[in-house]
Amino acid sequence: MQPLNLLLLTMLLAAVAYVLGSARSRTLAMPLGGVRHLKSLPGYYGVRAAIWCGVPALVILGLWAAFEGKMIQSIVVGTLPDTMIPDTAGEASLLMSKIGNVANGSLPPGFVEEPVAKAAELLQVLQVQSKIYMTGLVLAVALLAGFVGWVRIRPLLNAREQVEAILRWFFFACAGVAVLTTVGIVFSVVFETIRFFEQVPFFEFFFGTSWSPQLALRTDQVGSEGAFGMIPLFTGTLLISFIAMLIAAPVGLLSAIYLSEYANKRVRSTVKPLLEMLAGIPTVVYGFFAALTVAPFISDLASAIGVEASSQSALAAGLVMGIMIIPFVSSLSDDVINAVPQTLRDGSLALGATQSETMKKVIFPAALPGIMGGLLLAVSRAIGETMIVVMAAGLAANLTANPLETVTTVTVQIVTLLVGDQEFDSAKTLAAFALGAMLFISTLLLNVIALKIVRKYREQYD
Amino acid sequence: MTDHTSQAELVRRSLKGRYRKERRFRAYGIVAIAIALAALVTLFTDIVGKGYTGFLKTTITLEVTMDPDLMYLDDPTDPKQVRMADFVAPLVAAVGRALPSATQDDQDALRRLINPYASSELRDALIENPEWMGTTRTMSFLAHSNVDVYVKHKGDAAYSIKLTDQQQAWVDDLRARELVETSFNDVFFTSGDSRDPAKAGVLGAIVGSLLTMIITLVLAFPIGVAAAIYLEEFAPRNKLTDFIEVNINNLAAVPSIIFGLLGLAIFINLFGMPRSVPVVGGLVLTLMTLPTIIISSRAAIKSVPPSVREAAEGIGASKMQVVLHHVLPLALPGMLTGSIIGMAQALGETAPLLLIGMVAFIVEVPEGLFDAATVLPVQVFLWAGSPELAFIERASAAIMVLLAFLMSMNALAIWLRKRLERRW
Repeated sequence: MQPLNLLLLTMLLAAVAYVLGSARSRTLAMPLGGVRHLKSLPGYYGVRAAIWCGVPALVILGLWAAFEGKMIQSIVVGTLPDTMIPDTAGEASLLMSKIGNVANGSLPPGFVEEPVAKAAELLQVLQVQSKIYMTGLVLAVALLAGFVGWVRIRPLLNAREQVEAILRWFFFACAGVAVLTTVGIVFSVVFETIRFFEQVPFFEFFFGTSWSPQLALRTDQVGSEGAFGMIPLFTGTLLISFIAMLIAAPVGLLSAIYLSEYANKRVRSTVKPLLEMLAGIPTVVYGFFAALTVAPFISDLASAIGVEASSQSALAAGLVMGIMIIPFVSSLSDDVINAVPQTLRDGSLALGATQSETMKKVIFPAALPGIMGGLLLAVSRAIGETMIVVMAAGLAANLTANPLETVTTVTVQIVTLLVGDQEFDSAKTLAAFALGAMLFISTLLLNVIALKIVRKYREQYD
Repeated sequence: MTDHTSQAELVRRSLKGRYRKERRFRAYGIVAIAIALAALVTLFTDIVGKGYTGFLKTTITLEVTMDPDLMYLDDPTDPKQVRMADFVAPLVAAVGRALPSATQDDQDALRRLINPYASSELRDALIENPEWMGTTRTMSFLAHSNVDVYVKHKGDAAYSIKLTDQQQAWVDDLRARELVETSFNDVFFTSGDSRDPAKAGVLGAIVGSLLTMIITLVLAFPIGVAAAIYLEEFAPRNKLTDFIEVNINNLAAVPSIIFGLLGLAIFINLFGMPRSVPVVGGLVLTLMTLPTIIISSRAAIKSVPPSVREAAEGIGASKMQVVLHHVLPLALPGMLTGSIIGMAQALGETAPLLLIGMVAFIVEVPEGLFDAATVLPVQVFLWAGSPELAFIERASAAIMVLLAFLMSMNALAIWLRKRLERRW
């Protein structure tokens, strides 16, 4: 049976267990003089029975489905003669897909070597057997555990407490998913990064000034060594982020100030949602706008005034990224400005300061730490932004500060290296993970600092 | 006394400058808002201006003679032979008849006026209606994508370069006789991707997005709500809870592409899940949207007044009963609003899906969670990267479809908030 159908069937069984469980508790309560002689309400007995029936079976099902493929694969590869055991990950996946193709009938067995045909036969058998065993085991566990749970219903059993304890554990586990995600991120980048540094020296990566990850097809080819210096990528990222912040910081901040201090209610209630609309537009749309409208416009404009500009300039990507970040900056600064106590504002105005003087000399300094925190968050957003730069910035890793030239960024390189076929033992693929690790660490640092500043600042006025 | 007057005088004299500064500062604010709104308006007009033509298709009406000799058929009654017959020749002949000025040497140029898929349309029609063999029928076919963009952008030199002057004259002639017409592009909404822009549609991407969103919703909403309940109601104040909270706040700010790396390394490499499928896309987007949903659900739980809890506890409800029977129903509208906004974010997300292979060229509309699929934003990305102008206008049209979905989701969230959320 397919895992999805089995999942539905198990849930159905659990529902049946619920009905039977609550019915049994009622039956048991009858001779005692009614439901009020039960320790818990009948529904709780039902839920308890359903948990007994469903949870262990679903856990088994999940584990089986997760590891089935890998197990079968290792058994199948184990039957191959030693000469055919693949050396590299690339060959292994090629061999496996060959075996798989023979097994599902899209490749006639006569076309391949005999051991492969045999392995394919074995694969087919194992796949069928695995499905049968899985179905049998899951259903047996569901029925058996459900039955035990049902039999053990007693009037004095405190089903409510048990159910609530299990629910509480479930809630805790759900909260733990966030931690698991972080752990998953760290693990997924750390191992590949370590493997990357086994192939590429540490210093070359951090201080090298040239980036060209193309690896040669043959090892003796001229220029077969790829260059993995991340300096041009980081300067490119910083250049584009800098341009973006040059737009977003003043525009976002000033519009937040205007909206919170000057605008009347009607203006605010129309302009604010419009600004938030900018935040809701998917980044791929900004990328489209940057690549097909802003970039040609800039290069036309530049050539009209006699300056040479690349068709994929850092300026175009930075400008559009700035527009994207405006609502982010403005809503964060808005929060911070509104958090400044009204007494400060009133005090300044009472001394005869104009509104702008109050803003510039009293509120802004008071809100400054919070605003800085918000700007740092915006910078981290800009560094991690992917689609705009993938579509509008180029691939050439130039070490330049000229915004009219093409630069590339960390995120662009991660996407370029990982889209398409990958070999998980080449420095090229591993480099993407190393870059990902750097990106994760730098944005994490920025976020931690920014969140600390913002929180500390909030406490100050609470 | 003189001191006093001079001070007042000083203030009065400075007033003009100070008011000027005040006005200037206010103007800066207005300019800033104007810049932001101008950017918004430019973006929308640009997309609509580039893309509205994507919702139009160009058809060409021909009188096709299904002549067995022209189709190299020995036996027109044999379905097997009919299947293999030449269907381009009758089409080209029909175009030639519609254009008296064309000669025998213009076959190639004539063929390039009709869509490459028109011959298979003709074949399917003839297989379905074998009695048409040998007759002449008036049928409509999609025009070639070069004709399509030429007709839709009449007068714009950039869109006519792929047609020769003679072809342009022919198309103008056919258009004047209303044999070439533009109409609503139903193909765009009823087919998957294609190498031919005229046959390319967003249905595959929409279904792919839908499947991915189903997975995301089914996983992210319950997990997010449960996590929020735990953190707000049950978590003891200790180091572990603090750690979880810091984690969630940081995850909310981790670049989305990092989640793509996670999906690639964990789901695809470690668990051996297939690439390009909605299940993996949904899992990755679940992890990405969870922090948003948790944070907004916690805010919703917080806004339920303590009096409700105390009343429930007062009549003997257990902590879990208080939460499940009273707090959760009251907080649900707020949770739903936050989740819809999180889902809208996930729907527009592209970068992590590129890394898990949802960027493949897929013609078939996916039918299940384990079918190779792509999603709307990725489809936009794929078309936007094409050098063909016809694909660019379809990318814009796809953006409009995507934005329509996003806006209706946001409208739903706003409506829910207005309708269901209670202020205490």
